[in-house]
Amino acid sequence: MGKARPAGTRRQAPRAPAKINPNPFEVKVNRQKFQILGRKTRHDVGLPGVSRARAIRKRTQTLLKEYKERDKSNVFKDKRLGEYSSDMSPEEKMMKRFALEQQRHHEKKSIYNLNEDEELTHYGQSLADIEKHNDIVDSDSDTEERGALSAELTAAHFGGGGGILQKKTAPQEEGDKPKSRKELIEELIAKSKQEKRERQAQREDALELTEKLDQDWKEIQTLLSHKTPKAENREKEKPKPDAYDMVVRELGFEMKAKPSNRMKTEAELAKEEQERLRKLEAERLRRMLGKDGEEKEPKHVSADDLHDGFILDRDDRRLLSYKDGKMNVEGDVGEEQSEETGSQENQEEERGEDDEEEEDGEESGEEEGGEESAGPDSRSDLDSSAESAEEGDEPEQEQHQAPCGSPTGDNQKTHRAGSQELPYVFTVPESYEELRSLLSGRSVDEQLLVVERIQKCNHPSLAVGNKAKLEKLFGFLLEYVGDRATSDPPDLKVIDKLVLYNLCQMFPKSASGSVKFVLRDAMHEMEEMIETKGRAAFPGLDVLIYLKIAGLLFPTSDFWHPVVTPALVCMSQILTKCPVLSLHDVVKGLFVCCLFLDYVSLSRRFIPELVNFLLGILYIAAPNKQSRGSTLVHPFRAFGKNSELLLVSDKDDVATWQRGSLPLHWASGRNIPTTAEANHIRLSCLAVALALLKRCVVMYGTLPSFHAIVRPLQALLAEHQAERSHPPELQELSQSILTDVENQKQLYRPLICEKSKPVPLKLFTPRLVKVLEFGRKQGSTKEEQERKRLIHKHKREFKGAVREIRKDNQFLARMQLSEIMERDAERKRKVKQLFNSLATQEGEWKALKRKKFKK
Amino acid sequence: MEREPGAEGARRALGHLLQAVLASRSEANAVFDILAVLQSEDPEEIQEAVHTCSRLFGALLERGELFVGQLPPEDTVLAGSHGAMRKYKIWMRHRYHSCSSHLGELLAHPTFKVKELVLKTLMKFVQLEGVHPLEKPKWEGQYLFPRKLFRAVVGGLLSPEQDHSLLLNQFCEYLEFDDIRYHTMQAASDAVAQVTSQHPKVSLAFWNNAFTLLSAVSLPHQERDISNFYVKHVEPSDMWKVTHLKEHRKTFQAMWLGFLKHKLPLSLYKKVLVTMHDTILPHLAQPTLMIDFLTSACDVGGAISLLALNGLFILIHQHNLEYPDFYQKLYGLLDPSIFHVKYRARFFHLADLFLSSSHLPAYLVAAFAKRLSRLALTAPPEALLMVLPFICNLLRRHPACRVLVHRPRGPELDADPYDPEEEDPAKSRALESCLWELQTLQQHYHPEVSRAASVINQPLSVPEVSVTPLLGLTAYEIFERDLKKQLPESVPLEFIPAQGLLGQREGICAQLFTLS
Repeated sequence: MGKARPAGTRRQAPRAPAKINPNPFEVKVNRQKFQILGRKTRHDVGLPGVSRARAIRKRTQTLLKEYKERDKSNVFKDKRLGEYSSDMSPEEKMMKRFALEQQRHHEKKSIYNLNEDEELTHYGQSLADIEKHNDIVDSDSDTEERGALSAELTAAHFGGGGGILQKKTAPQEEGDKPKSRKELIEELIAKSKQEKRERQAQREDALELTEKLDQDWKEIQTLLSHKTPKAENREKEKPKPDAYDMVVRELGFEMKAKPSNRMKTEAELAKEEQERLRKLEAERLRRMLGKDGEEKEPKHVSADDLHDGFILDRDDRRLLSYKDGKMNVEGDVGEEQSEETGSQENQEEERGEDDEEEEDGEESGEEEGGEESAGPDSRSDLDSSAESAEEGDEPEQEQHQAPCGSPTGDNQKTHRAGSQELPYVFTVPESYEELRSLLSGRSVDEQLLVVERIQKCNHPSLAVGNKAKLEKLFGFLLEYVGDRATSDPPDLKVIDKLVLYNLCQMFPKSASGSVKFVLRDAMHEMEEMIETKGRAAFPGLDVLIYLKIAGLLFPTSDFWHPVVTPALVCMSQILTKCPVLSLHDVVKGLFVCCLFLDYVSLSRRFIPELVNFLLGILYIAAPNKQSRGSTLVHPFRAFGKNSELLLVSDKDDVATWQRGSLPLHWASGRNIPTTAEANHIRLSCLAVALALLKRCVVMYGTLPSFHAIVRPLQALLAEHQAERSHPPELQELSQSILTDVENQKQLYRPLICEKSKPVPLKLFTPRLVKVLEFGRKQGSTKEEQERKRLIHKHKREFKGAVREIRKDNQFLARMQLSEIMERDAERKRKVKQLFNSLATQEGEWKALKRKKFKK
Repeated sequence: MEREPGAEGARRALGHLLQAVLASRSEANAVFDILAVLQSEDPEEIQEAVHTCSRLFGALLERGELFVGQLPPEDTVLAGSHGAMRKYKIWMRHRYHSCSSHLGELLAHPTFKVKELVLKTLMKFVQLEGVHPLEKPKWEGQYLFPRKLFRAVVGGLLSPEQDHSLLLNQFCEYLEFDDIRYHTMQAASDAVAQVTSQHPKVSLAFWNNAFTLLSAVSLPHQERDISNFYVKHVEPSDMWKVTHLKEHRKTFQAMWLGFLKHKLPLSLYKKVLVTMHDTILPHLAQPTLMIDFLTSACDVGGAISLLALNGLFILIHQHNLEYPDFYQKLYGLLDPSIFHVKYRARFFHLADLFLSSSHLPAYLVAAFAKRLSRLALTAPPEALLMVLPFICNLLRRHPACRVLVHRPRGPELDADPYDPEEEDPAKSRALESCLWELQTLQQHYHPEVSRAASVINQPLSVPEVSVTPLLGLTAYEIFERDLKKQLPESVPLEFIPAQGLLGQREGICAQLFTLS
């Protein structure tokens, strides 16, 4: 204690120079256990004596007073102004009180006391007015009469002075008959009224004049002094636009020739486009590896971190996204272009219908540049492919092309001819039936044009509801495509053109929704069949087309994609659950295989079903089955009705077969007429299967268990080769596959787990936590902390209150004690006094007695 | 006596006849008329006749007007000099006999209503005959049951000609009664033996009927009270065989063994095996007797072998059966089709059970893991999602097999040392190999499969992954799950514009297919 105190005082001394009483004996130092840097303490020094005195004083002022008045029912309240406020000097108090009194004196005492604001008048006029001296009339009125009432008036009012009345009326009586008293009074009244009116008029005039004078004065005043009231002047002083100013402003706003970006050269444009594609490709690769969710910010921040936000290995690339149908990539050329075209379109729409004709040409031009759709360029491309396919004789194709004339050259012309008959404005169909009625009976180009015009006329930027309408249109068109595909014969040319790429780009979400819907339908159908029969039939051509369209519209290489992944599962179902019963099934299955390969062509993922199916196809084309039935997988059976479905035994057919691509419409249920043709189809199927196999071999060559995958295929192919019954082309193909497989030597490297990261040791970098309040428990939620804080506060307050109450009681007890003591002392004193007086009395009495006795 | 046509007329006429016969013995010959109606063409008339017969003979049985004891032939009795009453009783017993044989024939009637009614009538006769036995008890308290009549009923039910599954369902109601069940088992094994001995080639209908009846028999699990009798006895005795569960079990076993020793059709094999482990095996007196059947079923191959495993496992597990090649057989069952068969879930459930022991040798587990992963190269995604955790569980259980996924400082090889053709897991050299197949499947097109296969890249976590919820996974469920997954805020789109349906000219679709 003795040691600590001097230290405390020393420390305190410079800090509190303002303290009135730095008596070291009154200071109590709260010693700290540890010195903590940077902590501000409020209570390191206490003044117990001072605070105790303060507390006692407060109690005497409040508690004691209450205590003394405890038995009294009436209270004395001193309401004098400032009686208890100590910060006012007595003079001030007096001044205030006097002012208040005066004010109260002037205030209206009561609203019911009407006399209070009675106007004092003189001669019927307000005394206040008179005091203002603006009663001109009065001042100029006949002064001689002032002070005395006219005789007439007195006579009339008071009826007195009959003589005068008589005298006065006499001359009047001479002129006409004497007036009665009543008439006289009336006359008098009229006269006085007239007078009054005149006086009023005069007063009004005077008032007017004064006002005018006032106004004049004000005007002069503004000239004289600078303290002009601004509010009035602001309106008046609206500066008239000056000609010069106007010119200056105009010059300021005038368009200046700004330095703009120079026109880009072809090479630069190409480079930019390449850059854009590169970026998109990078996006695609990232999604393919499925790393979307795995990017995390490093949690631990090292002590060496500069807190400049720099983190190594952060991926700066952004997700590709589309907003309102436009690609959302920075520096994107396509975006600007499409925006431009959009605005152009809008303008064109406004131009009206009369030049719609012209616009058609422009539209196709635009699409070539900005939006990617089936412009004439791509159309001609497809037409040429159609032409090449035309060599195979197809009656229904000619039917379609009959109105078109020659298909390639006059494309534009037919386009125009068709458009002449078509209306220019279409509303978006509300139901599928509407759409079908709109499109049925039209040629391919017309149908395309109709769909195109529906889109143009209802572009989402034109009206509010258009977006929802077009979103629905996508679903209808998809249905239409399915409808066309299932029709007999399948109308594939329309589907070919109606790829819906644009609409999908505009509304990715709803488009994915509708594609998912049709896929779910297909799967549901298959699942039902599997449930009832245990197996399913190959789905119709429409499902295959849907799958293909899904592959065209969405990126198939993503690790996970909301549309593509279900589509892949769907294809896998088709390949595993549907037994191959006919040549149609073979064609369909091969198309699905092809789709599968197409889907994974970029991501090069492994598809067991595909290998199984191709193995099965090879098996049913193999001439003699002595072995290896066990490696076959589900939809194919080693023995049975369809185990030789693709076997061609006719040598002539083998000889006449030419290799070509497989027409898709064979997949739909038309019967193949002749055996020769059937055999040709068989060989084509086999050729397609071999081609697919070759791709598989190339693609999966790098897989670690490649040889295990292809071993059964290899065996079957070798068997095929040994037989030598196939056309030479196919034999070559299978030979090349075999050599490919042979060449694919690979080393089997033993597997090793990735080394798991060692559990890091505890580091010295401190863990930084936000400190809200010292001495509080950290690390809980905000609500919890708040609750704890409140509980703690409550506890403290409670304790404080208890202490206060205890101290109050002590104080009261002390007071009572002192009262009692006082009372006792008083009594003692009184008793003493009494005894005293009695003793003296007794003494006196005895003395008296003694005296008597002596006498 | 002329009869009005139609069921109504027949009913009235039969009613009169019935009254007459029951009223006085002199009218007894009217029974012939009643019995004649049983052979009528009209099903309704037959039904009426059956009703009448039921009432007539029911009443006669109750009255005791049928001859009791060994029945002498009719002719001798009628010629002989017995009392009229005795003659009448014997004659009536003969009529009863012919009536019940008629009814037995009617069990094969095409109309279901007739069959049902006949069955009910016959069962009523069985009950009445049981209460009023037609044989004399050889000793005091002998258990008497109309075996002959009942055998005829069961024989009629198990007809080789037509499928009686509906009628058998009706009959199942009676199997609630302990005595009926007991005698049914006896009669059924007799019937099966009889039919198979008579016909060299037994029809499928018979097997189906027999299986329906046999599988409907279910014994109580505990010997609480075998007293629920169809034929009510005045004083049941403990001496009777019917009252002991042990006897029931013996008969049950005899019935099934008698049934299963024949060569059954394949579909029936599957049905038997599916129910084997929970309806047949627990009730046999000596379950080990099933081993012949099960091992032969196990050798059949394919799905049947899969199903036989379950029963075999129960025998090995609970009845100390020594079966040395069990795991080799199991190993042999693994071929590409197991991922496609209907019993996939059951098989993998069992395989998980069989391989759950931690005392299995490492070479065996390694061979299984390797074989399964090799097969996984041909599996559809729904099977892959199940089999990949399965393989990982194997590796978890047997740390010695972890070399399959983690072999540091191993030599590089030219070929996979594992021999897929080898049937003995011990010689397959699986432990020298690695699970490259799983590495391949990391490239699988389905993201979840790829993820499941990527587990081996890290050291395996300690707790096993439960395969049970994955066993019944179907592709449709996966599809639905994928569809319902939370969409990202923007659906990624293809940025290369589509050109026609088949895509670019250099794409494979366009190369291999044309639209027209």
